[in-house]
Amino acid sequence: MNSKLTMGLTHVFLIIFGLIWIYPFIWMVSSSFKTNASFLTSGSNPIPEELHWENYARAWNVANFSSYFLNSVIITLGTVIIVVLLSCLTGYALGRVDFPGRKTIIVITGALMFIPTGYTIIPLYELMKFLGLSNTIFGVVLAESSGAHVLFILLFAAFFSRVPKEIEEAATIDGSGFLGTFFRVILPSAKPVVATAVIMQFIWTWSSFLIPLVLTLNNPELRTLAVGMLSFVGKYQTDWTGMAAGASISLLPVILIFIIMQRYFIEGISGSVK
Amino acid sequence: MSKTKLKVNKQTKKRYIWAYAFILPQLIVFLGLSLYPIIMSYVYSLYDWSGIGPMTDFVGFDNYLKVFSEEKFWNAFKNTFIYTAGFVTISVSIALLFALILNNPKLKGRVVYRTVYFLPVVTTTAIVGIIMKNIFGNTGLINDVLQMIGVIDQAVPWLTNPVTAMIVLIIVGSWKEIGIIMIYWLTGLQMIPKELYEAAKIDGASSWQVLRHITLPLLAPIGATILLLTTVSSMRVFDLVKTLTDGGPFFSTETLELYIYRFAFASEGPSQVGYASTVGVILGVAVFIISLMLGWIVMKVNKHKNKDAISTGGKKL
Repeated sequence: MNSKLTMGLTHVFLIIFGLIWIYPFIWMVSSSFKTNASFLTSGSNPIPEELHWENYARAWNVANFSSYFLNSVIITLGTVIIVVLLSCLTGYALGRVDFPGRKTIIVITGALMFIPTGYTIIPLYELMKFLGLSNTIFGVVLAESSGAHVLFILLFAAFFSRVPKEIEEAATIDGSGFLGTFFRVILPSAKPVVATAVIMQFIWTWSSFLIPLVLTLNNPELRTLAVGMLSFVGKYQTDWTGMAAGASISLLPVILIFIIMQRYFIEGISGSVK
Repeated sequence: MSKTKLKVNKQTKKRYIWAYAFILPQLIVFLGLSLYPIIMSYVYSLYDWSGIGPMTDFVGFDNYLKVFSEEKFWNAFKNTFIYTAGFVTISVSIALLFALILNNPKLKGRVVYRTVYFLPVVTTTAIVGIIMKNIFGNTGLINDVLQMIGVIDQAVPWLTNPVTAMIVLIIVGSWKEIGIIMIYWLTGLQMIPKELYEAAKIDGASSWQVLRHITLPLLAPIGATILLLTTVSSMRVFDLVKTLTDGGPFFSTETLELYIYRFAFASEGPSQVGYASTVGVILGVAVFIISLMLGWIVMKVNKHKNKDAISTGGKKL
């Protein structure tokens, strides 16, 4: 078998299939630059005649995407900070200190991975109502941080358990306490794990739908981009190009972050599967 | 001597206290926002409760009897399984195909290809649903292209026909998740010892033989794990269904999560939180039973594989 030919055919297959694969994104971006009239007549032709930026202006101003965007940013940042901080603290204690009860906690943490938490949305909603936090940004952030971040905890624990003891001892001799050693010496060395956790949690929260949908049912002002899109489509049924512009605004940050960090991201995932 | 020991003890004790302090915040979040809601969904399911006012109407297992006699519940139950079966079959097998192709170290640009096929994974499902609603719409791209190349004469109403709506849902769901499943498979492929391939090459095995006798058997354990992960996650499908079909037409794509949402948060009359929680509990139990069954398969395959690998290895070497 001619291996050069096989390789060439493989590339042809991968390129054609890859184009089909990302066509929905190309379609979305190109539609966002068309007029509604040319959108309906141009069919599958992805190239717009001229760039109509006003679709973006309409989505941003008229359809409230500016405030949806801000809500998404605040909720995502809040959740990322809480989740990454909590899981790195827990991971350090588990990976570094052999305290009584450590094994029990590790076993429970591992078992949690298999407890389905997807159906807890009703009690979460009632809890937020009880705490007076429904229809507040803080309530959404808290609910978003609720999942068991077993994956991150285990990643941090594994990383911290490999940090040489000498580093910690040297810091202690220099008069650094437990807390100081952790924040000044140990944590900075964990940058790759922190980056992985930040990116993964960012993408999860940015794309989250059910929790923000339910917790902002009575306060449309607090909608995130994903939830706002749904109401946009319901309200402006015929404004396809405005819809495409809104979708582009919603997906752009997450796609950019992914493309910039894709090495970290894909490796982080495959590392955790092992 | 005893003085130093005392000092060490004191220091160790301090470390323990710090460790507990480090774990405490996560523990509070876990108890309050994970464990408490899990327990409460069982409690709610025993009450006839609209979610407003105090919970006073204890009805025992009445909600469960009501759920099981409800036709729409069984419909949602069935749809969830149809979706899961279709999704798992398509996505796991195509992801394996991609992984096998993209695992070839001689293939140039494979990082770029992996990135391209991974892209849908990171995008927001709800927005993908809305975009796909357009693409599969009556005047959408799919109909347009199929008409252009002459496969169909008339636009097919993909999303308003019960059968095709489910098929589109499965295809879009698979497209969205294949990238991540491909990464799982790639991890499995990279764990296979290189020596086995070298030995097979020396023995003059064809690539088909290598695939059949080395690659696939050694992938079995991770394959079982992938089956577990994809099945469990697809049983909780919500975002995509809500935005792509909203359960329609005529409830033909309504899954259990959508059913729960409808009764708890989007009901036309007063909400039925107790009833919806009951369905939530049943979904949770169903997912748990399926995880146990698949977990058992994972263990079985792992045991079997170890024996298999030894015999294959022995024969080849």
